[in-house]
Amino acid sequence: MFTTDLYTINIGPQHPSTHGGLHVEAVMDGEVVKDAIVHLGYVHRSVEKIAESRTYTQFIPYASRLDYLATHLPTLGYVQAVEKLIGVEVPERAEYIRVILGELSRIASHMVFVGSLAIDLGATTGLIYCLRDRERIMDMFEMSSGQRLLASYMRIGGVITDLPEEFFPAVHSFLDDLPKMIDEYNGLISGNEILQARCKGIGILTSEEAMAYGVTGPNLRASGVAYDLRQADPYGIYERFNFEIPIGQRGDCMDRLTVRIKEIEQSGHIIRQALKEMPVGEVRGKVPKVIKPEKGKEVYHRIESAKGELGYYLVSDGTEKPYRVHVRAPSFVNLMVLPSISRGGKLQDIIAVIATLDPVLGESDR
Amino acid sequence: MENWFLNIAHWLTSWLVSLGLAPVWADLILLVVQWTIIVGIITLNVLILIWLERKVAGFMQERLGPNRLGPFGIFQTIADTLKLLTKEDIIPSQTDRLIFKVAPMFFIIVAVMLYAVLPMGQDMAVVNLNVGLFYFISVGSLSTICILMAGWGSNNKWSLLGAMRSVAQMISYEIPLAFSLLGVVMITGSLNLSDIVQAQHNIWFILLQPVAFVTFFIAATAELNRGPFDMPEAEQELTAGAYTEYTGMRWALFFLAEYTNLVAVSALASTLFLGGWQGPFLPSWLWIILKTYLIMLVFMWLKWTFPRIRMDHLMSLSWKVLIPISLVNIVLTGAGIELFRWMGW
Repeated sequence: MFTTDLYTINIGPQHPSTHGGLHVEAVMDGEVVKDAIVHLGYVHRSVEKIAESRTYTQFIPYASRLDYLATHLPTLGYVQAVEKLIGVEVPERAEYIRVILGELSRIASHMVFVGSLAIDLGATTGLIYCLRDRERIMDMFEMSSGQRLLASYMRIGGVITDLPEEFFPAVHSFLDDLPKMIDEYNGLISGNEILQARCKGIGILTSEEAMAYGVTGPNLRASGVAYDLRQADPYGIYERFNFEIPIGQRGDCMDRLTVRIKEIEQSGHIIRQALKEMPVGEVRGKVPKVIKPEKGKEVYHRIESAKGELGYYLVSDGTEKPYRVHVRAPSFVNLMVLPSISRGGKLQDIIAVIATLDPVLGESDR
Repeated sequence: MENWFLNIAHWLTSWLVSLGLAPVWADLILLVVQWTIIVGIITLNVLILIWLERKVAGFMQERLGPNRLGPFGIFQTIADTLKLLTKEDIIPSQTDRLIFKVAPMFFIIVAVMLYAVLPMGQDMAVVNLNVGLFYFISVGSLSTICILMAGWGSNNKWSLLGAMRSVAQMISYEIPLAFSLLGVVMITGSLNLSDIVQAQHNIWFILLQPVAFVTFFIAATAELNRGPFDMPEAEQELTAGAYTEYTGMRWALFFLAEYTNLVAVSALASTLFLGGWQGPFLPSWLWIILKTYLIMLVFMWLKWTFPRIRMDHLMSLSWKVLIPISLVNIVLTGAGIELFRWMGW
């Protein structure tokens, strides 16, 4: 049989649709992908090492930079890990505020996902629609913390301050408009014939393979495994809320898109419940001024971030600085599945697969 | 108002003759003047078009679009052009220099050549060619070679991929494009664009040939490399496809040529299907401009709505859907013409 030479092309690190400094070396046969090799490390800032030279409190802003698209979730995971380490009671109201802001972050992250999938497939307008709606969440973050993108609102033992008055009408009107926004996404983006043709049956990740690789989050749920840490291993006060875990059937790009759109809806339900049940009271528990956990104590705490299981492993050596901080970054683990699911596809499919795996490089290169 | 441009042309010829020039020379000078005007209008029009495209995109995406320079940001494109003109002309060291340099020039030349046969008003075609439509399609397909030259000359894998895609796409879409026009040709019995416009005196061909219009429109979008068929450029996949290595004015020439093609194909669509320059009240040249802009707005609407189609879907759309449909359309048109004759209409 007549064969052509294989050649490699470098998708990234400077490329319009790699979501930051991701470098995929694709081995191509014409337009068909024979292999894809993921190279990471272009935005490595040694966050874990920095943590060792900062006090427990000082690391919070660094944590928010891990997943800058869902800023409250990585900080939430970190402060909860420290709380577990030193055993602090968190006031009820603070827990509810954490849930509200965390779910808003999840919605924001998923909106960026939907929009960036649209623009990666060439539909520029889809991105703008999603960013327009995300802007309202950013405004709410600004109301609460004065910061839009990297809020650092969580504190060990609670949150820094109570939510302002104007936050509540804003979040209520946002939740009222949420079904309309989802209708718009379904009409313009996921309902589009061309987008469906490019997503259905592309980048199929079977549930066995997903579990073997340790894929978590919406990517795992799109493969048909109803595993969500908010229900499987509830942290904070998540066992109080009713919500469904949307799952996909085929594990292709389309499922990864629809699962996330449904998750936006479910997060909306959680926020509604939290707003209804929220008590009044303190927002910060009693935390010692200098945090010095016992020597040799270690703790692993995991939360369901927008991208999957985000875990923090903290080891204390008895000083005010942690001995070791390890971040189990979901994007890093999820990206590892990219070669196996993009093999045999077209060049254009790799773009869709990268977009639907939803990596955030700040987290992968930590 | 109707005969403004014709009167100017007549006046110019008679003035030149009165200066003592032989009529042949006067005609030649007139031709040069006509071409200069066409190139000037094309360039100016592209400036407006780019502004319009950005405004349309802004409108669709709930933004403002350009709004700083001049009223409604109308001078934004001029500022951008000046920026492009003053940019450094970078030619990467590993390129095939000759091919790399001439590709954008050929592209714009080919694009301008299309205007020779377009009737931009009553009796206002530069050359009243009796195989005008054939000329248009054959010259239009030359642009593929220019993109291939750009992709090959750049010596870049992205560029080459873009160029190869462009070739595959153009070869597939030339066929439904030509076939969809055959219906119109069969009804009028002429390849002369002015005759085709005359034949639409009573009824526009979009009503007689709706299927052909849709096929033509899809194929033309692919021909023009516009979204959702912008394979050769495909920013999100191929960075900028065949144009990746081009900077400054060379890149701007590609941009200019793409818009020039857009105007030409839109003008062809309005000539063949929307009655060309015919229309009540307004002068003929204004009618064709209005119709052309209408078609271009539809092109822009499509581009800013749809995602990019995948390459193999694009090919199967052409070979499995558009070509059979256009063939059936030809057969049905033939049968219809025979039926009309037989009934004595």
